Parts: sequence; C-alpha cells; structure tokens
Amino acid sequence: MEKHVGTDRVKRGMAEMQKGGVIMDVVNAEQAKIAEQAGAVAVMALERVPSDIRAAGGVARMADPTIIEEVQNAVSIPVMAKARIGHIVEARILEALGVDYIDESEVLTPADEVYHLNKRDFTVPFVCGAKDIGEASRRIGEGASMMRTKGEPGTGNIVEAVRHQRLIQSQINKIVNTSTDELMTEAKNHGAPYEVLLDIKERGRLPVVNFAAGGIATPADAALMMQLGSDGVFVGSGIFKSQYPDKFARAIVEATTHYEDYKLIADLSKELGTAMPGLEMSSLEPQERMQDRGW
Amino acid sequence: MIRIGVLALQGAVNEHVNALRAADVETVIVKKAEQLNDIDGLVFPGGESTTMRRLIDKYAFFEPLKQFAAAGKPIFGTCAGAILMAGDLAGEEQAHLGVMNITVERNAFGRQRESFEVALDISSVGESVEAVFIRAPIIQKAGPNVRVLAEYDGQIVACQEGPFLACSFHPELTEDNRLHQYFVQMIRELKISA
Repeated sequence: MEKHVGTDRVKRGMAEMQKGGVIMDVVNAEQAKIAEQAGAVAVMALERVPSDIRAAGGVARMADPTIIEEVQNAVSIPVMAKARIGHIVEARILEALGVDYIDESEVLTPADEVYHLNKRDFTVPFVCGAKDIGEASRRIGEGASMMRTKGEPGTGNIVEAVRHQRLIQSQINKIVNTSTDELMTEAKNHGAPYEVLLDIKERGRLPVVNFAAGGIATPADAALMMQLGSDGVFVGSGIFKSQYPDKFARAIVEATTHYEDYKLIADLSKELGTAMPGLEMSSLEPQERMQDRGW
Repeated sequence: MIRIGVLALQGAVNEHVNALRAADVETVIVKKAEQLNDIDGLVFPGGESTTMRRLIDKYAFFEPLKQFAAAGKPIFGTCAGAILMAGDLAGEEQAHLGVMNITVERNAFGRQRESFEVALDISSVGESVEAVFIRAPIIQKAGPNVRVLAEYDGQIVACQEGPFLACSFHPELTEDNRLHQYFVQMIRELKISA
C-alpha cells in the first residue's frame, strides 16, 4: 500500500470539497473565527483585504507569515494564502508554512511579467484567476487545481465577475459543441493547450472546480454568481468592510447554499446594514485594473 | 427502485450522485428536511463539517436527521460525513449527530500537503480499493458493535455499525465505486428483511 501525495486527484479533490461554499478574506485570528463561525468553508489569510490594497497603492506582496500562522492556529477549516504571480519563493514559503491552498493572485503585484508558476512542481494545490477560457486553460495546463473568475477585486462591483463567468460558460458551451477536428484551431485562437480543451469538451465543464471572485458584496451577488454556474464564491473585502461583518458573513453563506430560494434571500438581506462602498469601473485608471495582471 | 439521497448543504454532492447512479439506484439531492421521508438511505458527502453543521441547524435538519437514523435507515458518511456521524470528536466538547459509537479525530493526517491517495483492502468490499484522503479524519476508537472494515497505518479508516457506514476517505473522487455498491447492498438487504 504505497501512498502518493500531491496527485491531481488529491489537489483537485480538495477544491471539490469546497463546492457550494464561501471562502472569506481575513486579516487576523478574530476575523478568521467570525468567518468559521459563520460557516465559511475556508479562509484566505491576508495582510490587507483587496480594497485596502487598492487604497494603499505601491507594491502588494505575500502576507507576513505571522498573520498566516495566527490564522492557522485560530481555525480548523482550511487556510489559503496569496503569492505574487510568478513568485516561486513566496509560493515555496507558503507551502513550507503548511497553507492548504495557494492563490497565485493578481490582487498582489506580479513578480514576473512573462511567466506564471509551474504549479505542477508543488505538493500544495493552487487556485488561479481567469477572465476567459484561454486564460483558464493555460493556468490548468500549468497545474492549477481550482479556478476562479478574476472579477475586479476590492471594488464591491459584481459587473466584471459576471462578465468573466458568462464568457467562460459560453466558451465552454461552444467547445462542447465544436467537433474534435476543429479543436486545434480553437486551441490556437484561445492560446489554450489542446489537451485541456479536449478534456473540457469531454467533461462538458472545466476539469477543476470554478469559483466566482472579485466584487461580490451582497448575499444577492453571491446567489447571482451561483446561478451563472459558479461552484462557490470567494468574498474578499465584502464581509469585513461591511457594517456588520458577522451578519453579512452568515447571510452570504446561506444565500450561496440556497441560491434559488428568493424568499429566503429576501429575508437574509433584511437589515444587514451598509454593504462595502462600491467603485464604478469607469473610475478606475488602466493601471488600477487588477484583472489585467496575468497572461 | 432504491432511492438514495445525498445531503446537499455543501460539499462534493455531484460526485456521490454519479457514483450512486453507476451503482444503478435513483438519487435525490436533499436540500430540505421533508425530502428525508422519500428516501431509503442517505449519504453525507465530503466537505467542511463545521459549515454543514451550521446549515443543518439553520434549516432545521438536526432532529429529522436524528429521527432518520433512529428509524434504522442507512447512512453513509465520507470524511466530513463521518465527522457528522461520530458519537465523540477527539479534543472537542460537542459531537454533531452522534449516530455511531465511534470517536473521530479531525484532520488527523495533517494539512493539505500531507493529503494522499492509496489502495486499501476493505473487508466485505474488496481489495485495492482506491481511496483519496483529503485533510482526512481517523476513527480513533470504535465501540463494541462497530465492525472495522479497513485500517491504514494502524488507524481505522472505514467501519460499519448496523445500518451506518463511515469512512475517512473519498471513494466518490475515484471511478472505483465498490464502497457505494456495498452501501446499496446494505440497503437492499435491509429492505428484504423488512
């Protein structure tokens, strides 16, 4: 009975267990406990939530390991953390700390403008963001075990996540209906590995779990993303930048489970206090758009 | 035809549905407690046990699930599902449904980087059954009426107590559905004897 660690089944399987759940950004042990109590399936340990990263400007890097360890010690649910795109050493540090999942994230300032990490080299699984099927396929080709929409992080504006999820779903549908002899040209057009597109065609879906992320600010936003075919949601600034984080967190968890029960979501949405402040996309300068980082 | 429900509050629901369909039974995705009345058996899928427990409480599933178990209807729990079924949780004050006389230790193998897959011999089920362990629990102690079906590294990872079946790992993440077939067989035998 020889055991194997870090196989595709073990890495992708971890994300399968998160389905139908909410993964919440937290910056300390206290927030992590609130998230766990509210029913989060995992927490993302950060130094700052995306809206604060946006406000602070400058170079955003991996969190201080002290914060990650503090969060790991506070909760029993999985702990994720972010590494900069292409930053092999940050990713290795997070792996050494024993984080359960690494987000190679455009929320942080990229360390490499050409290459993403070769995620197959790692035992720890990775989640990556994508705007379209080409980007998702490239990340899966590099070994990502979970995908998420990029959306536009830290804005509290759902429009970009909706755009990305709708595009990816329609591109999946198109690939399923493309005959195999046309698939190589599709691969060329999308800049996607042929084998990944073939896998998508055969399964009728991405070969890994696909969550929504970037701009989810209310229970209705979370339910919307589930209806558009997401397997679960990441909520970044949306929870701890709202007026009553605890209530907000619980409401988002329930709306994600029962995303078609509108009466219930109406009840959940009552007297939640103020959601996080939102940003209109046209108010962002090109260099402020996090979704354009990564390739 | 046998109808088996999969508790669908959170977790890897579809994988169980597919494995059960391959074992030739009708499946029901259970989101409301009243659906428990229409099924012959229930699967607690893998996922996050704390999340599932919160949603069990919130949507008034707790008592109906206890009654389902008390009526002797079969339940199969994988990973987080086994945690929900345990009578005791090591290092924690409160267990969840407590339908099996077992003590379960959560995350017993460590963090995700320690997660693994292995081929297991499971008594009554088969040899070299593919088993995927993800931040898996172990069954630390088992009561006198619990039959140990499989061990790994000296620890119990699959067991049965009457109509209740629990395992630490995820048979639903593999194409090997012998454990699901075994669960279906358990239900068939109960139906015949009833």
